[in-house]
Amino acid sequence: MSKGRTSRSAVKEFRGAALRWEWRDGVVELTLDFEPLNEIGTVMLADLEKFVAAFDSLAPITSACVITSARPGGFCAGANLKELYQGALPLSPKKRATGMRAFLKRIHVVMNALDAAPFVTIAAVHGLCMGGGLELALVCDLIVADKMARFGFPELRLGLIPGFGGIPRLRRDVGNGFIRDLLFTGRTVKAESAQQAGLVSHLAGEGYALQVARSMAQQVTKFDAETRVAAKKFLKPIPYQELQREIDLFCKLFSRPVVMESLPRFVETDEPMKHLPVAEHPRNP
Amino acid sequence: MRTLDQTTREILELATLQFKVPPGSLRAEDDFYKKLGIDSLQTLDLLSRLENHFKIELPDYEVQGVSDFKTLAERIQARL
Repeated sequence: MSKGRTSRSAVKEFRGAALRWEWRDGVVELTLDFEPLNEIGTVMLADLEKFVAAFDSLAPITSACVITSARPGGFCAGANLKELYQGALPLSPKKRATGMRAFLKRIHVVMNALDAAPFVTIAAVHGLCMGGGLELALVCDLIVADKMARFGFPELRLGLIPGFGGIPRLRRDVGNGFIRDLLFTGRTVKAESAQQAGLVSHLAGEGYALQVARSMAQQVTKFDAETRVAAKKFLKPIPYQELQREIDLFCKLFSRPVVMESLPRFVETDEPMKHLPVAEHPRNP
Repeated sequence: MRTLDQTTREILELATLQFKVPPGSLRAEDDFYKKLGIDSLQTLDLLSRLENHFKIELPDYEVQGVSDFKTLAERIQARL
């Protein structure tokens, strides 16, 4: 960070419907806080767009960004399936695909901007980090995980693939054995396994992910900004072509009847973990 | 190597501590969803604790439909 430089227009504090951020000493902390578990739909997306729009003003005074969650259940449960289903229900398959493509393009603009953020981004993950939530964590440069955190991509249960850039970014970071296991079984993995696979940089004790991430962020502020930005560009190229192919494939899969047949099972329940196999147990027969 | 009985006992002890139920009140045949009153999020939390305690990976699809401690212990035993 360039010491002494300030930006009068920097949006150092913001409180939206789904998240808030606060800047302090070269570090901006973005806190997701949207019930029930930070689902990414139009509300979360609109707030993330505001955050990304603030990058230009924050960049001169910011070395690192910590993304965390205020929800006790975890980091983020993924896409807002209820909104997705209810929005798609009255539409023809063709219009569903068109609407989905428009939404995905907005999401990808945000994800790509976060991926290329002009500061080091650190996801502090606790609890559940699934689907779109894992895709959000994957755009970050580093992931710090509470040892009780769990990661997964359950999209194949819905007849879909991850659509917010998950597969290309996983391929950038980890091996195919791990990716195929996550995708084809739809299982969740514990934080320690995610670290062994190369997804997670640091494991934190239970309840300490944010503290560890803040410590990393403070360390980042000590180095030269120009070098940091150059190193990030060199280390972390964005796989634009593959991301576009993912959007195309997602929209093709999304237009099939099987998806609209699968979605009700996941949205017509208040279970926080409705997309996981453990949730299919009839708890109250 | 743990026996199935030892594994079951350790699961019951762990669940007793985690969900703060009176010691000795859980039995191997109990339906843990009913007995502990836990939802799926808490079930995943229990899964993480079991994986960390036994130092194993237990894919959630292997506990799909499992609701009693005894069967859960058998699934864990297969991964030890």
